[in-house]
Amino acid sequence: MDLSVTSREESGRTIVEVSGEIDVYTAPTLRERLNELVGAGHHHLVVDMEGVEFLDSTGLGVLVGGLKRVRSHDGSLHLVCQREKILKVFRITGLTKVFPIHDTVADAIAASASVDGAGAAS
Amino acid sequence: MPTIALRFSPLAEHVRTARLVAVSVARRAGFEEGQLDEIRIAIGEACARAVGRTTVDGLVDMHLCDDGARLEVVVVERGADGAVLPVTGVGEDPLALALLQGMADDVSVAGSTVPADGPREGVRMAWSLQEAAPVTTPGFGSAPQQRQRT
Repeated sequence: MDLSVTSREESGRTIVEVSGEIDVYTAPTLRERLNELVGAGHHHLVVDMEGVEFLDSTGLGVLVGGLKRVRSHDGSLHLVCQREKILKVFRITGLTKVFPIHDTVADAIAASASVDGAGAAS
Repeated sequence: MPTIALRFSPLAEHVRTARLVAVSVARRAGFEEGQLDEIRIAIGEACARAVGRTTVDGLVDMHLCDDGARLEVVVVERGADGAVLPVTGVGEDPLALALLQGMADDVSVAGSTVPADGPREGVRMAWSLQEAAPVTTPGFGSAPQQRQRT
């Protein structure tokens, strides 16, 4: 399954909806999209991974890179994921301590707003 | 004797093909869905690593051996002359290494036990088939243990 990346604005956050497989072949597409968004001034991202079927270390590296980029602009990157097989990848690599992971986009937006300041300009 | 051997050019798009082949073999061997997810991820990591380290004129080999109780998979890199390349830098990517070690029952690198007719180099991963719990049918005693199938 190919990778699909779309984005929209919601409550002052940029929701990046990702679906399909994030692997060594498709991860550059996600990296490019995240870089474009951050470069365009979107520094508070919520990456919705509910549609992600597969995630490997290359994909994790892209997400870590995205987190570093938004933090360099005092931004934030929250994840939305309930799929056990994807959560397991974050747990095994210890990245559950690095990324805030939420059950829903609404939860992620609320958490992002409470930490970064409600409605903070990105 | 390996059940399946797959050889591919070191291109990132072929890693998905390798994952599909490995999972197909594992599913046919009787592994349940949770183990298939682990196999899918570990094979992806091993093959992605090999693709990243093999020169464009080289090849990546994946050997899968199912002996009925255990699935062994060996991923090796070959140079332009077809010679098996030594495995290096497995520990360089901590995320990939964590996934390899976390998803396979056993992981070892180069020179360790491999399928008898398989390669002597490479990254070797193994998974043991989990036996299903015995099913007791009233009046018929215990049914023999069977492989879990999805």
